[in-house]
Amino acid sequence: MKSANELLAGNGSHETWTPLLEMATREVFELMLGCQLAVPAIAEEPIPEVTAMVGLAGQLCGVLSVRCDNKAAALMTSKMLGVELDKVGAEVSDALGEVCNMVAGNFKNKIAGLAEGCLLSPPTVVTGSDYNLHSLAESPGLEIRLLFERMPVVISLQIHS
Amino acid sequence: MPISALIVDDSSVMRKIVERSLRQAGLDLTKVFEAGNGAEALVVLQENLVDLILCDINMPVMDGLEFIKQLPTVANAKGVPVVMITTEGSESHVVEALSHGARGYIRKPFTAEQVKEHVVPVLEGKS
Repeated sequence: MKSANELLAGNGSHETWTPLLEMATREVFELMLGCQLAVPAIAEEPIPEVTAMVGLAGQLCGVLSVRCDNKAAALMTSKMLGVELDKVGAEVSDALGEVCNMVAGNFKNKIAGLAEGCLLSPPTVVTGSDYNLHSLAESPGLEIRLLFERMPVVISLQIHS
Repeated sequence: MPISALIVDDSSVMRKIVERSLRQAGLDLTKVFEAGNGAEALVVLQENLVDLILCDINMPVMDGLEFIKQLPTVANAKGVPVVMITTEGSESHVVEALSHGARGYIRKPFTAEQVKEHVVPVLEGKS
């Protein structure tokens, strides 16, 4: 089994994965939510009121997360379900977890050798902004910031090994 | 042709999306059953007849691959086509699903058009 470093050797550096992560994210939003993501003029940090995380294990170990504020998460849910925004309720966590799951799956399927050798965990969703996330691994990470209907969304991949 | 379908996914949002995609694909769904994992789906099938099953792979309790392995034990499920819908893109998953009787494989994210391309031939017995 190839390690993350061997995968990187065959697929370029971490930096070359960033466009793939962005492409994977854009495809999920276009196909499942019917909307285009934009690049912000200024990298804006959303209030991380909803954070979805999916673990990757196998040839690549790490955590992929999607974070945004409550309003963006509710609008994503509305678009996924095809219902009015005021009809959205408890499905928000489920919806953001699925977005994160699809971004993670779509991303790994774009990297040679990773589709086969990397498994995804079920999504975990944290709601509320009063938390700190600590990783014990001193590891590189990728992060992209995009605008969903003018609201910032951050997608991060923390690579552990 | 009116059909009934069973949608198996641990995400209720995804179950709704799959149902909407089936309707957008032009299928005349008379009844839609839902299950959150393979074990729940087997129970649904013991009590109901369906024409089509759409099933995720990564689910808690019983995943989609184990579900299709156990499907032949349910009399109501005999001959019912199964189409997998999953984020898993590995060829080994596709091969394993197809070897256990799945008739199609759709990767998430997907469009209603892709659902139509995979499901309609299955229902028409062409796949």
